[in-house]
Amino acid sequence: MPPREGTYGLLAEFDTPGDLIRAARQAHQDGWRRMDCYTPYPVEEAAEAIGFHTNRVPLLCLIGALMGLAAMFSLETWVSVIAYPLNIGGRPLYSWPAFIVPAYEWTILWAGLSAAFGMIALNHMPTLYHPLFNAPNFRSGALVDKFFLCLEALDPKFDLAESRKYLETFEPNSVVEVEY
Amino acid sequence: MATSNLKPTDPEYKRWVDPATGEYRVIEPGQTFKSVTDKITRIVLTPHTPMGWFAIFALAGAGATVLLVAVTWLFLKGVGIWAITQPVAWGFAIINFVWWIGIGHAGTLISAILLLFKQQWRNSISRFAEAMTIFAVVCAGMFPLIHVGRPWLGYWMLPLPYTMTVWPQFRSPLEWDVFAVSTYATISVVFWYVGMIPDFGTFRDRAKSKAGQYFYGIISLGWRGSVRHWMRYETASLLLAGLATPLVLSVHTVISFDFAVAILPGWHTTIFPPYFVAGAIYSGFAMVLTLAIPLRKFYHLEALVTERHIDNMGKVMLATGFIVAYGYGMEAFMAWYSASHWEAFMFWNRMFGPMGWSYWTLIACNLAIPLTTLWSRKLRTSIPFMFVMSIIVNTGMWFERFVIIVTSLYRDFLPSAWGTYRATKWDYMTFLGTLGLFTTLFVLFVRFLPMIPMNEIRMLLPGAKILPKKPKEVGR
Repeated sequence: MPPREGTYGLLAEFDTPGDLIRAARQAHQDGWRRMDCYTPYPVEEAAEAIGFHTNRVPLLCLIGALMGLAAMFSLETWVSVIAYPLNIGGRPLYSWPAFIVPAYEWTILWAGLSAAFGMIALNHMPTLYHPLFNAPNFRSGALVDKFFLCLEALDPKFDLAESRKYLETFEPNSVVEVEY
Repeated sequence: MATSNLKPTDPEYKRWVDPATGEYRVIEPGQTFKSVTDKITRIVLTPHTPMGWFAIFALAGAGATVLLVAVTWLFLKGVGIWAITQPVAWGFAIINFVWWIGIGHAGTLISAILLLFKQQWRNSISRFAEAMTIFAVVCAGMFPLIHVGRPWLGYWMLPLPYTMTVWPQFRSPLEWDVFAVSTYATISVVFWYVGMIPDFGTFRDRAKSKAGQYFYGIISLGWRGSVRHWMRYETASLLLAGLATPLVLSVHTVISFDFAVAILPGWHTTIFPPYFVAGAIYSGFAMVLTLAIPLRKFYHLEALVTERHIDNMGKVMLATGFIVAYGYGMEAFMAWYSASHWEAFMFWNRMFGPMGWSYWTLIACNLAIPLTTLWSRKLRTSIPFMFVMSIIVNTGMWFERFVIIVTSLYRDFLPSAWGTYRATKWDYMTFLGTLGLFTTLFVLFVRFLPMIPMNEIRMLLPGAKILPKKPKEVGR
């Protein structure tokens, strides 16, 4: 469990995505791992800079899709062949082409729900409280027009004074200490 | 504006082409992250709701009340209050169902298909087009339920283990509809909500009132803009777009099966699926224009929803309008080429029978007027013209469904079974009522939710360009 008191990390504020990416890339090269960037819109380069590559949302989506397909197709088959067989003009009970449409819809339904809820779960949301919201400049800028780099105290390289000096070399607008 | 053939000497050139990069602009120049955020958050977070909003809300609410009255009377008296009888057993309810679902399809096209095609101009209009989809599906989904006559038994359509051990018939297109429409509604809501999560985060951070902070705080799920979250979010959005694309095509296809699978002349045709989908997008874009034009004026969003958007939507309407025209042409051709005298009579009667006026209204509204005028760039960028055109096309598409349903049914195979169709006041009240319900939901959406996706607009701004390092003074 991470500590719930003391310093969460140091937050550097930048004006442009370019400055953020350069700082993040440098910090990652210098061995920082417990860090994150905060941007008002998706900045792919920043995610690459901090070494975020694996993304399990597509896998969850595929599993959901296959489950939806299997669930509906087997339900249709079971209902039409075993539970409630209807003889309409001597047509076959296992009339699989007619079962495609609902199975197709459920594939999409389950895949979509898995992608959306999988994304939310992998992001550990809902997280209504987060230490970063305590930073004075975070809430006014993070989802508007500022770009943030946070070095977290859990990183073994973290030292309040040294890390602050390190961040200042990137010429941010400000570096603030974030408390839990 | 059609930007591709603008010359640098053209006075409009500077407005639509970025001189620094030579790229075409989607929104007006001069916008920054802050100005866009301010503009959109102010609409929602202002404590002063404009009086005009209340006026429209009252009017739309009155319409929704009419729906409530009509549906209450329907539940008390039964579907006999509508004009449906033999041989026209499907009337306004199914016409409206198909029309509303079709309108919804443009929202998904804008939010999903144009996203996959990287059409950045969609960013400004995608959110409210998606909202339009959901509210249109709400209106559409109601019709089959109230049309069944015994709405309290609506759950029989679902495969549930009842004590009577009866199961639905999975070989019927009407049963497929249940799954197509319910999946469409669910996925549209999820896509819409996921798209709004980051904007709710902005609202939470900017809300002044405690209630606003709590409300947007909870529905933002604590979004804080971490790039790790953004990457998963982007993947999920793309996946949802990729899933919504085949979904939207399947929904109107399945709805067209309701007709095409029947052996009735006028319904039994293989052109229906593509022609229904194209018609859906045609009417849907018309509805987006009907909503966008007053909205951008009322909330002064001309810089974000520009003439270029209106122009592009006009072009999409022109293209889909021609697909629809091909559908009409092919129906007429097949009536002759099939050498089936039932088909030929049906088509002759559709054009020149007692209900022929509805066919010619449809031809005028869907083909004659739009497909001759939308070629002109001058007319496509004329806002009042496009507003009128959107109403015309919506009317035409409503008549298309009227023609398909009523004129195929009212002349049965033998003259002894012929009938007619004359809608009752309850039919009209239900239809006008859904227009009221749709507008009510839409004005509530505009007031309380972000109608333009701020996070997507930010990506289009010059500030989002990743530039090489500059000396600090110049950069500020």
